[in-house]
Amino acid sequence: MSIRPSTLAFEDVRVGDQLPELVVPLTRTTIIATAIASRDYQDVHHDPVLARERGSKDIFMNILSTNGLVGRFVTDWSGPGGVLTEVRIRLGVPNYADDTMTLTGSVSARDGAAGEDGRGEVEVTVRGTNSLGDHVTGTVVLRLPSKTAAPR
Amino acid sequence: MSAGTGGTERSGSTERAGSPDSTDSPDYEAALQAFAGVSGGPGHQAPDPVNVPMIRHWVEAMGDENPVYLDDDAAREAGFPGIVAPPTMLQAWIMRGLKVSREVEAARAAGAPSGDSPSDRVMALLDEGGYTSVVATNCDQRYLRPLVPGDRLSVESVIESVSPPKTTGLGVGRFLTNRLDFTDQHGELVATMRFRILKFRPRQPTGADDGTRTEPQEAVAPPAPEEAPGRPLRPRPALTQDNRFFFEGTRRGELLIQRCADCGTLRHPPRPACGACRSFAWDTVRSSGRGSVYSFVVNHHPQVPAFDYPLTVALVELEEGTRLVANVAGFAPGEMVIGAPVRASFEAFDDELTLPVFRPDGDGERHPDPDGHPDLDGHRVEPAPAQPRSE
Repeated sequence: MSIRPSTLAFEDVRVGDQLPELVVPLTRTTIIATAIASRDYQDVHHDPVLARERGSKDIFMNILSTNGLVGRFVTDWSGPGGVLTEVRIRLGVPNYADDTMTLTGSVSARDGAAGEDGRGEVEVTVRGTNSLGDHVTGTVVLRLPSKTAAPR
Repeated sequence: MSAGTGGTERSGSTERAGSPDSTDSPDYEAALQAFAGVSGGPGHQAPDPVNVPMIRHWVEAMGDENPVYLDDDAAREAGFPGIVAPPTMLQAWIMRGLKVSREVEAARAAGAPSGDSPSDRVMALLDEGGYTSVVATNCDQRYLRPLVPGDRLSVESVIESVSPPKTTGLGVGRFLTNRLDFTDQHGELVATMRFRILKFRPRQPTGADDGTRTEPQEAVAPPAPEEAPGRPLRPRPALTQDNRFFFEGTRRGELLIQRCADCGTLRHPPRPACGACRSFAWDTVRSSGRGSVYSFVVNHHPQVPAFDYPLTVALVELEEGTRLVANVAGFAPGEMVIGAPVRASFEAFDDELTLPVFRPDGDGERHPDPDGHPDLDGHRVEPAPAQPRSE
């Protein structure tokens, strides 16, 4: 899916709200392009022969890219004005090439009211699974603009 | 690991035979603990300032269509001063890149000794202790402000902690937590990152005879830390979309009750629809944690190794009106009665599982001072915080 065009208002979020699922095909192009975009040149992220030599079954996604996709998953839902303040992830099985990762999530907590910056804090719980199990589980904290507060 | 420095993930160490269950000496423990709080080594500056071309590579690779990363007008409309960098790109700015990766690889191939920074030395010391394999387990990033083109980051690392030996799904290991502090061109802290790895003794040593190396890699398998080596973990709750909030709340020390968003009726255990008005809309309220014992059972048999016996399981009626099943502690044997006032505390059974445990509430008539007696099994117990969580 693509990103929500205008930002979700803090008041419109409720604990338990589900985020739209994000399905990420783990093509070699994606694994390699994301590794290189994060300036990570370790061979296990781009060279299948060396990856197997080192005991992996194939090339696999690097951690920075997992962070990037978790961030994208949350801002796709929030819209452009969602400000991420924390991304806390726990790593599980690798994202090997030719697999698919599906990101799901829901709102796990919400501030009672917006702060002085005209934004309110929302916490989202995230899980990314592939055919081997959980690749990533974690929590993302973001600030969403309030309808009532003046600053946007 | 690929944290920051690039190319340092593989230690290339060889496996050593040895009992995975052997206990480390006090001297070894002390030598390890001496690294806690020590700078990991000299920091370094990002090779380039935050810039749009690198952002473009990143968002295209991630498939991220958020316009605030490339379009000034869209960024201003969304409340930013102009283009901002994707927050999760934090570490990319300080990666050293291919040139350094090649140099490190060449040095390793030539058999050069590894570096002498505290980070290098603590890793070498863990290798010496037989903790030769490594897996990344956690990465926690906190962003204090959005980064904008022109920002020039610097990073410094601190070795925060080295855990005692833990039995995990991968073998006995120690968690090593490093913190990276990111500052901008004015010396202001703009982000922090905690990166935790598990250095472990593999359960089934591989490559002992055939000369092959067991290469550490990122994210091999989810390690499962246990409270005490050899002791099984408590069963995990089956998390669903409906009940997840409850267990996430207990991890923060909050007892949450599901509430119908339309008619306000409270319900527990969590379920999708309101029994009073059939609405699917719900939110949560935080319980005071006070209540009374509605019913209870003391379980003696059969005994499951993850629990301590006799095991008192109570149906507690909260003062908000809902009831929940939970463990009770702090009552002397035989003193537990129906109607006893209790109050929730939160007990961390392992790194993942924190559950409410109810204890006597109020004064003297029952067990006067639970703190004066060992808990069920000596786990850390924290009283319920009096105030809502603040970030």
